[in-house]
Amino acid sequence: MRPFSYLRPTAVSDAVSALMAEPGAQVLAGGTNLVDLMKYDVTHPTAVIDINDLPLRMIETGENGEMRLGALTTNAEVAHDPAVTDMLPLLSSAILAGASPQLRNAATTGGNLLQRTRCYYFYDPATPCNKREPGTGCSAIGGVNRIHAILGASETCIATHPSDMCVALAALDTTVEVAGPEGSREIPFLAFHRLPGAHPERDNTLQPGEIVVAVRVAGGRFARHHSYLKLRDRLSYAFALVSAAAALDIEEGRILDVRVALGGVAHKPWRDPLAEAEVAGQPATRQTFEALADRLLAGAKGQGGNDFKIPMARKAIVRALAQAAAGTSQIQAEKRVR
Amino acid sequence: MLHGPARTTSPTVPVMLTINGKRHDLNLAPFVTLLDLLRGPLTLTGTKKGCDHGQCGACTVLIDGQRINSCLKLAVSLNGAQITTIEGLGTPENLHPLQKAFVEHDAYQCGYCTPGQICSAAGLLAEGHARSREEIRELMSGNLCRCGAYTNIADAIEDVMAATSRSNQPEAAE
Repeated sequence: MRPFSYLRPTAVSDAVSALMAEPGAQVLAGGTNLVDLMKYDVTHPTAVIDINDLPLRMIETGENGEMRLGALTTNAEVAHDPAVTDMLPLLSSAILAGASPQLRNAATTGGNLLQRTRCYYFYDPATPCNKREPGTGCSAIGGVNRIHAILGASETCIATHPSDMCVALAALDTTVEVAGPEGSREIPFLAFHRLPGAHPERDNTLQPGEIVVAVRVAGGRFARHHSYLKLRDRLSYAFALVSAAAALDIEEGRILDVRVALGGVAHKPWRDPLAEAEVAGQPATRQTFEALADRLLAGAKGQGGNDFKIPMARKAIVRALAQAAAGTSQIQAEKRVR
Repeated sequence: MLHGPARTTSPTVPVMLTINGKRHDLNLAPFVTLLDLLRGPLTLTGTKKGCDHGQCGACTVLIDGQRINSCLKLAVSLNGAQITTIEGLGTPENLHPLQKAFVEHDAYQCGYCTPGQICSAAGLLAEGHARSREEIRELMSGNLCRCGAYTNIADAIEDVMAATSRSNQPEAAE
């Protein structure tokens, strides 16, 4: 690890000032991704701003059922919080599908949003990577790309966002609260992460000096019909090849509202609200789910090594929706897919 | 200099840690991980370095009662924390119930992952989310064993879990 200075502010405004004062500064929360990236020399902050003393470790429930998760709440705290398991079971389930108990005890809500891709070339400073070093090229295009994107990729980057939690947040109605040099603002979750385009070095739409303060999620609506289905190379503790977060609002067998977000397939959790809107009013049947899956994957493109993800994603979408419709969400400790 | 948050550009940062009940006042370079602090200057070599990247769980310790990968924690970020390592769980003369169960069930071969497995299992029992063998296995998935002693590891933890719930029953009945 390269030398860096260490700072531990106690106020959000001081953390923002510290970030603005030193362009090479980065924020440390749980450390599960940043410390790892520093060990591999993928990233090398000149200053580490440790935000663990900021008052951002709270879980609050609003009168309208909206939950507010402080940026420093741990993944384990959120997943096991009684109000979360009651009102946002899809979120709880997605968190429990990710990482390991030890990592979930350390990793935070804010850090989960900001974690970097696990593309093997991004992680290997000996290889070209536009995300790590803009302009050097993408080693995954034409290289080993089994874990890479099938949707929304660009000619500069085919990396995927690795989070499970964010896939559930994308399916639900989520807002990200940020603080920065210009004050506070809110970013709708679907506008928080970005597609690579010509600037894969930018994972999200945060501006310089901004930090994530909290995440707000509308609770209750999809508490009955939801499922997070994660498909991976082993049964636990592996990143998704494909995952699907499905949520349904059904009345008398007809779909009032449907949400599908996909993980492991794009530079951000993948969602298409227009495609979802088209199936409103239709019966909650396999036929409807298959049509929606086809529509969501219409633009999918394999890179050779990851072609299998396209049929896998189709099946994952249909199965997750069927589980959600039946009210039998995937249980993460249970390794059979129902 | 002293206005606003404390800033450290000096090579070391003061940090106080309580490790296995003993207070340590230290001055550390910020890049030192808890794992390297334990195994190096503090010579608590029971905690093992496996992958050093949070993937194998061999370095698992309890920080304020929670199981955590010590390889991914900068020691300076833990000021004031209570840390328990395998050396603090039990002693050769007075084994922790999990240590005893691991011996009884032969829940290891080479033993390198064992301290992390036992600290992780202690965290699992304290969390109280595992109710079945299936859940034990899922919630121990952060600890890899290259020898593949998983069956016996699950047996050992299941035993201690059952004994703990048995010993809790009379109290619950009252």
